[in-house]
Amino acid sequence: MEIPRHWRLKKQRYGLVGEVCPHCDHKIFPPRDVCPNCGDEAKEQYAFSGKGEVYSYTTVYEAPAGYEANAPYTVAIVKLDEGPMLTAQLTDVDNSAVEIGMPVEMVTRKMRNDGDERGLIVYGYKFRPQNFVPTT
Amino acid sequence: MTLPQHSPTLLKPVKPVGIVGYGAYVPRYRLPAKEVARVWTGKTSGLPIKEKAVPGLDEDVITMSIEAARNAMLRAQIDPTELRAVWVGSESHPYAVKPTSTLVAEAIGAVPNTQAADWEFACKAGTEALVAAMGLVGSGMGHYAMAIGMDTARGKPGDALEYTAGAGGGAYIVGPAEESLAVINASYSYVTDTPDFWRREYQKYPEHGMRFTGEPAYFKHITEAATHLMEASGTTAKDYKWAIFHQPNTKFPQRVAGQLGFSMEQIEPGLLVPIIGNTYAGAAMIGLTATLDIAQPGDRILVVSFGSGAGSDAFDILVTDKITVRAGLATKTREYIARRSEIDYATYVRFRGKLAMK
Repeated sequence: MEIPRHWRLKKQRYGLVGEVCPHCDHKIFPPRDVCPNCGDEAKEQYAFSGKGEVYSYTTVYEAPAGYEANAPYTVAIVKLDEGPMLTAQLTDVDNSAVEIGMPVEMVTRKMRNDGDERGLIVYGYKFRPQNFVPTT
Repeated sequence: MTLPQHSPTLLKPVKPVGIVGYGAYVPRYRLPAKEVARVWTGKTSGLPIKEKAVPGLDEDVITMSIEAARNAMLRAQIDPTELRAVWVGSESHPYAVKPTSTLVAEAIGAVPNTQAADWEFACKAGTEALVAAMGLVGSGMGHYAMAIGMDTARGKPGDALEYTAGAGGGAYIVGPAEESLAVINASYSYVTDTPDFWRREYQKYPEHGMRFTGEPAYFKHITEAATHLMEASGTTAKDYKWAIFHQPNTKFPQRVAGQLGFSMEQIEPGLLVPIIGNTYAGAAMIGLTATLDIAQPGDRILVVSFGSGAGSDAFDILVTDKITVRAGLATKTREYIARRSEIDYATYVRFRGKLAMK
């Protein structure tokens, strides 16, 4: 049971909320309150657009505890349009269709159960191919 | 029956209200009805729909509501902290106890100064929330309110409902009429105690009253609600460019449209059940998103939901010139439907957790 941790991380997990450095405008994810670029304090919240591209990826066949039901699935290092890189599962995509450089967008999905089916359902960010472009 | 004059039956807010933004969501996977028939009956014709939408392993009413809500926010172009209600109607909320709506509100940035609640009324839980949102905004209690209808419907393996129990829905942001892409002139609700469909606590799949689901339930409530709304509004079927009726299968909405004097052309844009299935609390809601996607300023739309148990909510809606820009600000319903990946019955069984593992 990791209820306090799930609760503490909800903003970054549901909405990709990180930070922006007020000194050098560096965008930070995950939030860490200190700018990794200039070293100054950076506590201002910043909601990322959720758009990015696949920097690298691998397909997981032997999934860690809690994720077995989803295997096989692809995990990618995603480079966000604003700069930071993060690791996330890809979804709504065939594992064989993933390519480096593929444009992806953030969606909020079910990650796993905390414990068994009696536990909390943990939700968080995954990425899927950018299928849709608004018509205007 | 003579109705008392001091209590008109039309539900019309004090301040005019309308739809400021709307959004849809349909998951990627499709299960053809002929694939269900292959496993259970061997029939190749007379199936109730072509195929239904199936949620992926990592999707449920919470994740689907979040995406529809984000689409509604894109179209409304408002600050989420201005929402005073986030209401989600569904019969497949992921938790028995713990709201869907608080998580959706958190994900779209609407917390903490907001109402949040989950609504339940079989297939009309979504429109129920929409009527309440009209009341909240129309009374001046809040400037904006969000109402969502979303479902990942379940049918017992081999049952008639397994062919049609689909997944999807729509989200609406209700606000002042002058900011709206479509003004809601009025609504009307018609409700009786009718035992056509139910699910008892701890039961995985619903039960239905077979043929009883037709005449005394679906047709009676929809025709009464539509007729009363049109009479009280001084309109007939010809005054509406488009109409959406709750759609448990392809035949029912077509037949009820005919009974009420509507043509097949009028219901065509919102008739999605043949290609995504019955999305329950999402059905009338997503039929309206698909219709708004193609609507022009000045189009008048009639929406009539139906929920088992039973009741119908009817809405008289007038599209404004704000539709022309806002319809294009988010993914359209038919674009979601075009994103299609066919699965077989075995994959469907895995995705929907129909195999007992212990």
